Amino acid sequence: MFRSMRDAGGGTRLSFTFDGRPLSGREGDTVAASLLANGIAICRETPVSGAPRAPYCLMGVCFDCLVVIDGVGNRQGCLVPLREGMRIETQHGRRQAEEVLG
Amino acid sequence: MTINGNRNEGDVVVIGGGVVGGAIALGLARSGAQVIVLDEGDVAFRASRGNFALVWVQSKGLGLPEYALWTRCSAQDWHELAAILKEEAGIDVAHSQPGGFVPCLSEAELEKRVTAMRRLHNQPGLSDFPYEILDRAETKRRLPDIGEDVVGALYSPLDGHVNSLKLFRALREASARHGVDYRPNHAVATIAPRDGGFRVSGAWGEVGAGKIVLAAGLGNARLAPMVGLKAPVRPSKGQIIVTEKTAPFLHHPMGTIRQTDEGGIMIGDSQEDRGFDTIVGQPVISVMAERAVRTFPRLAGLNVVRTWSALRVMSPDGFPIYEQSQSHPGAFVATCHSGVTLAANHVLTLAPAILAGELPAAVASFSARRFHVPVHA
Amino acid sequence: MKAVTAIDQFEESYDLVVVGAGPAGLSAAARAAELGIGVLLVDENPAPGGQIYRAITTTPVGDREVLGADYWRGAEIVARFERAQAGYAARCTLWSIGPDETAAEGEAFEIGLSLDGRARLIGARQLILTTGAQERPFPIPGWTLPGVMTAGAAQIALKSAAIVPAGRTVLAGCGPLLYLLAGQLAAAGAEIVAVLDTTPRGNWLKAAGALPNFLRSPYLAKGLRLMAKARRSLRFVGGVTGLAAEGEGRLASARVARGDAAEIIACDTLLLHQGVIPSVNLSNAAGCAHDFDEAQHCWVPRLDNWFGSSVPGIAIAGDGAGIGGAESAALRGEIAALGAVRRLGQIDLAEGDRQAAPLRSELERALRGRRFLDLLYKPAPQFLAPPQDETIICRCEEVTAGQVRDTATRLGVTGPNQMKAFLRCGMGPCQGRLCGPTVVELIAQANGTTPAEVGYYRLRPPVKPVTLAELAALQQTEAAVKAVVR
Repeated sequence: MFRSMRDAGGGTRLSFTFDGRPLSGREGDTVAASLLANGIAICRETPVSGAPRAPYCLMGVCFDCLVVIDGVGNRQGCLVPLREGMRIETQHGRRQAEEVLG
Repeated sequence: MTINGNRNEGDVVVIGGGVVGGAIALGLARSGAQVIVLDEGDVAFRASRGNFALVWVQSKGLGLPEYALWTRCSAQDWHELAAILKEEAGIDVAHSQPGGFVPCLSEAELEKRVTAMRRLHNQPGLSDFPYEILDRAETKRRLPDIGEDVVGALYSPLDGHVNSLKLFRALREASARHGVDYRPNHAVATIAPRDGGFRVSGAWGEVGAGKIVLAAGLGNARLAPMVGLKAPVRPSKGQIIVTEKTAPFLHHPMGTIRQTDEGGIMIGDSQEDRGFDTIVGQPVISVMAERAVRTFPRLAGLNVVRTWSALRVMSPDGFPIYEQSQSHPGAFVATCHSGVTLAANHVLTLAPAILAGELPAAVASFSARRFHVPVHA
Repeated sequence: MKAVTAIDQFEESYDLVVVGAGPAGLSAAARAAELGIGVLLVDENPAPGGQIYRAITTTPVGDREVLGADYWRGAEIVARFERAQAGYAARCTLWSIGPDETAAEGEAFEIGLSLDGRARLIGARQLILTTGAQERPFPIPGWTLPGVMTAGAAQIALKSAAIVPAGRTVLAGCGPLLYLLAGQLAAAGAEIVAVLDTTPRGNWLKAAGALPNFLRSPYLAKGLRLMAKARRSLRFVGGVTGLAAEGEGRLASARVARGDAAEIIACDTLLLHQGVIPSVNLSNAAGCAHDFDEAQHCWVPRLDNWFGSSVPGIAIAGDGAGIGGAESAALRGEIAALGAVRRLGQIDLAEGDRQAAPLRSELERALRGRRFLDLLYKPAPQFLAPPQDETIICRCEEVTAGQVRDTATRLGVTGPNQMKAFLRCGMGPCQGRLCGPTVVELIAQANGTTPAEVGYYRLRPPVKPVTLAELAALQQTEAAVKAVVR
């Protein structure tokens, strides 16, 4: 869990949800950083054993920060910038292959 | 593991530690033989690490009906092999036989497949192989996720698949428990017949045995003539894509798409004549991806985690070669590009026959003599 | 600098493509562009700087003292790049490098790029890979628990988002970055309850021979300053010989062993670091030869004195060429750029040598003393190859140290590629980045051999995630269709 430094520049705030909870983050931050700053301790459960995981390297190497973003599974939270209105969810185990409608 | 106190003598030396050599070694050891397996190291041309893991019957044997029978026999015996591996290696190799599909993306493709299938089954002895030709509606009923471009499919209830890497490990594990002496980094330089048996040597030293089995894949081409055999095999490059793990949604294997028990989607399989080149070629990967996405549009968003290429071991007509040397009895060659499908035969039928000194009648037509080359070069 | 923000904005081909916008990549791209070469710099991060100068143009950290003067030096490197006429694609991944089959060997490549969910293949006559370093895996029991992160991750969070660990924080390991981070986090107001130093005591003796050079090196003043700053205010625990993260479902404490003495430190965040190693995934997948560097105890690409790899036309600069730090990375980038410009025929060898000469002597100065650090901070064996069987070593596939050891000894597995086939270590989405070095170490230990003899994973494209839809949309060739549709 992380918190903002006291003197950090304000910047624009963006609203997003994590597992349905409304949260806010700083424009310019990645999804992973935004989750950490909001005190989210766990972002996924592994497909092998279901063990909880959280961001580990924050530089695109470890793939432990995988989350579902706007319905698309297994996205690397540390490489995706936060956007207004993003719907972020815990990645529970294996991702779903998206249903194709129509 | 020692015979007469000499650990460099065995009943049989198997050259090659892949799925073919591993299956034969296990079958020999289960029949009571003292087996030494000589293998290469970590970096080698290993089809066993790069195959598509089907236990596949439909479409095999056009031009050699005995191959269709041999294949079907192995698919049937695979249930027994899976049980043996579970018991003797403690590994569930995820074998299942839910029936397999070959979805086609154009009328021309379907027509070509149907024609080949009819010709195959018009051969002697093959009339009772079950298969179905499905139109688009029926294909869609059985595989609801297919895309707009799928015009139909072939289906056979005989087809299945397995986790071939678990198979590879289970063969090694069961062999180890049966006392097989496995030796990595033991590339073979020469085989010399001596005293009614064979001396096999390399930079590492020498071992001897009464019998030898050449199961060295592409290496057989070089080794076979040393004992009066021929194995005119050449590499055929195949490329495979695998995606990240996905919740189960493909419940049947397809000819070129399957979901593994771990969740990844495997997509195959190209065939290129590129010598010993194993570079992954982007254009081929793109075509494979495009066809997979057209077949199952749900795959589109999946991330690719790996691609690889490996070399199939192809004989001139694509069928296996099984033969005992006429000039040096006790020397056998076994080579094929369907080591996974045929694993059950190799463990349960071929290996005991090799130990008994005579190949089974079922493989009599697989001699390399069919290529009309003289046995002695 | 010309920003490229969509996949169709790329040109069909570039004289030079540089991969990674850290100090090496920025300097290489700037130098080559200044010499009139058509350059494209691609980088997966949202802004230039790499990890060392992460978010240098965008950081929300207001107090310059927190990140220190060395960090802010990156601003000039970025500014020079921005003045140069090079293309720059942020948030763009390069996922494959292959030969351009229509050209002679080493004359041209075909590279796969992905930007904003769309892929494309473009041409590159020369390539410089400046993909930098990653932290050496630090596999201890419990290192997969939420609450355990790399020290580098905490530093990236600080630089790019101005956030710091919220509760009791423990740092553990060895190496300059650990002490630097301790100072930075302390200055940023984090509650650091302990810094656990795992530097083996015996290393001081081994490093002593390299001390004279170190005493004349730029590392010295910097290092002493960092140490002194951290030690003044923080609880330093030296001689740590064992470490485990403990907790149910998330980190609750660190279990620390110092010889026979044990201590449990309650904490909310545990930051691990035992040095950095070159990121070899891209160069390995491109077919470049690598050797095991005993002093740095890691795989490094085999390079000539222009940083050219064993694949003609591909150069590797920065920490990816062997760990040397930010200053040497920039210099290596410039030398590699001169090499590429020379191969492109824009300057001759004599001119290349003339321009490279001052860079080479600067580089020698910048690297002086490096060996002392390499020897001093070489991790202890128990942190390279975990002795506890249950320790996870492949985070993706959850393979344990015990499984690797057992498979190596009992099933005769002598290398990581066969291990991968048997246990799936290295088959997950990280593609072996976090298990490769450990798997090699465990096999070497189990079979009584060396990492150099064990070898490394053979990697293939895509080295970064790319979707089937992206691959499917690429142009097809007739030969490729024939190879698939039979």
